[in-house]
Amino acid sequence: MQGSLIDSLARQGITRRAFLKYCAMLASMMALPPSAGRAMAEAMATARRPSVIWLPFQECTGCTESITRSHSPSIEGMIFDLISLDYQETLMAAAGHQAEEALHATMKSNHGKYLLIVDGSIPLGMNGAYSCIAGRSNVDLLKETASGAAAIVAMGSCASYGGIPKANPNPTGAVSVSDLVKDKPIVNIPGCPPIPVVMTGVLAHYLTFGALPELDAKGRPKAFFGETIHDRCYRRPFYDQGKFAKTFDDEGARRGWCLFELGCKGPVTYNACATVKWNGGTSWPVESGHGCLGCSEPDFWDGGSFYKALSMPADPLKLGGAAAVAGAAAGVAVSVANRVKKGAAKASHEKATLADLEK
Amino acid sequence: MDALQFLTWVRGPGLDIAVGIFVLGVLWRLIEIYTLGRKPDLAEARHAAGASGWHTVFRRSLPPPGMMKRSPVSYIGGYIFHVGLAIIVFLFAPHILLITNLTGLSWPGLPSQFVDLVTVVTMAAMIVVLVDRINKPAKRFLSTFEDWFTWAVTFLPVLTGWMAVQHLLLPYTLMLAIHILTVEILLIVLPFTKLFHAFTLIGSRWYNGRVNGQRGVPV
Repeated sequence: MQGSLIDSLARQGITRRAFLKYCAMLASMMALPPSAGRAMAEAMATARRPSVIWLPFQECTGCTESITRSHSPSIEGMIFDLISLDYQETLMAAAGHQAEEALHATMKSNHGKYLLIVDGSIPLGMNGAYSCIAGRSNVDLLKETASGAAAIVAMGSCASYGGIPKANPNPTGAVSVSDLVKDKPIVNIPGCPPIPVVMTGVLAHYLTFGALPELDAKGRPKAFFGETIHDRCYRRPFYDQGKFAKTFDDEGARRGWCLFELGCKGPVTYNACATVKWNGGTSWPVESGHGCLGCSEPDFWDGGSFYKALSMPADPLKLGGAAAVAGAAAGVAVSVANRVKKGAAKASHEKATLADLEK
Repeated sequence: MDALQFLTWVRGPGLDIAVGIFVLGVLWRLIEIYTLGRKPDLAEARHAAGASGWHTVFRRSLPPPGMMKRSPVSYIGGYIFHVGLAIIVFLFAPHILLITNLTGLSWPGLPSQFVDLVTVVTMAAMIVVLVDRINKPAKRFLSTFEDWFTWAVTFLPVLTGWMAVQHLLLPYTLMLAIHILTVEILLIVLPFTKLFHAFTLIGSRWYNGRVNGQRGVPV
């Protein structure tokens, strides 16, 4: 099902005006110059829809839920439909051998050109036996599929950083895509789940400029992950005034004061929730009264309690008891040694007589 | 390791280790010092007004006559940074939160802006005291590596904490992690250096006062 995007959009009743508006919105969201919106529209309208393979590994399908149920029916959703999504187990009608055939046919006919989207982490334990598709381990599949991809999008925290499967003690030996694939451009779109518009923004950027957007040190598009939740939070003024909710149902919580003391990880979490929001701009976790969990950061699951303030330690007295015993023992040992030394000195003490001094 | 993983480490295993060594060291040193023992003093005790352990504990916090004029920087600078450190550590809201979380004890804090001012004054006093130590030949001569080192490990937590709050130089995540790391270094170093005076000060003053009181000398 190839063909240019604008034709498909027109068939679905999307006007050119609405499409231009959408492109301008995407461009401004990604902090691109105004002219980029037009360039984006032109490139996307004439582009042949790129072939996309979506591989689900150790995941909960939350990322797919997030993207497909974003704010349907929206232009975003339609653009998502209108890329040539040739393999996506959850969304595709085919199953079993037919699905596998679709995958192999796509890989063959679009070798070196298709976009690979991965959600879920890849287990390495027990030779990858923890997660298999069509009898093959995830790591096998990823290596084969990645070899022919133009670029890889790691969707969600699991694919980006290992996510919850990688959480201590990581029973399946889960790793991220970038831990395995080193020779392809990879963009991480972390989040549990990630924000739909970030996904479409990155796709639009790829369609327009033929390259992935500028990434930060953790491989995330800077346009969406450039600032912390805390720095863009609408509750920030309360933080600066020192007004904090102490419990989830106190006066401060009702007045919308800062959730820092209730464990909000906003100050150390880079994501776009505070500006883009969720469910079509309806709300987002902090607005609904709960602190940020930091789900778009690596190893967020192992960062201590979600309900302890950032300034609080995870569990500092873990070694306290043992240390107290060891310290007391060391003190007593040194004390005994000192007394032995003193006793020995006393015992070897010889009294000097007048006769000794006159010698 | 990125900034957040670093912060997670210093808040987790790093702090466990630092607090562990701190508790171990404090108990070790206290037991070692207080079990040293002294021979019984068989001389008859003399009595003089003001000659006692408790008198000395308080009197040694005041400059002896004439010393304030001779060494104003040591006394005034010393007072300022000790009081400043106490305010920063015990009356800054996030620090109280930490203590509450550990012990369940809680008390009201001071406004962050005021603590911020105290921090700047404290750092200034510490720098003045350091410059004085470098400038005065006698002080410089008496200074060993330990003096410079303990000054640095005391100063760094104040500086990094202030920079984290003020969003200076480095991103908050990294600065907060560095701040906690410097506090951990301080915790580890404290029991084994002269910084242990935080624990022995009152005891040793009381002991000296008691011995001198026995001899009837109010020192």
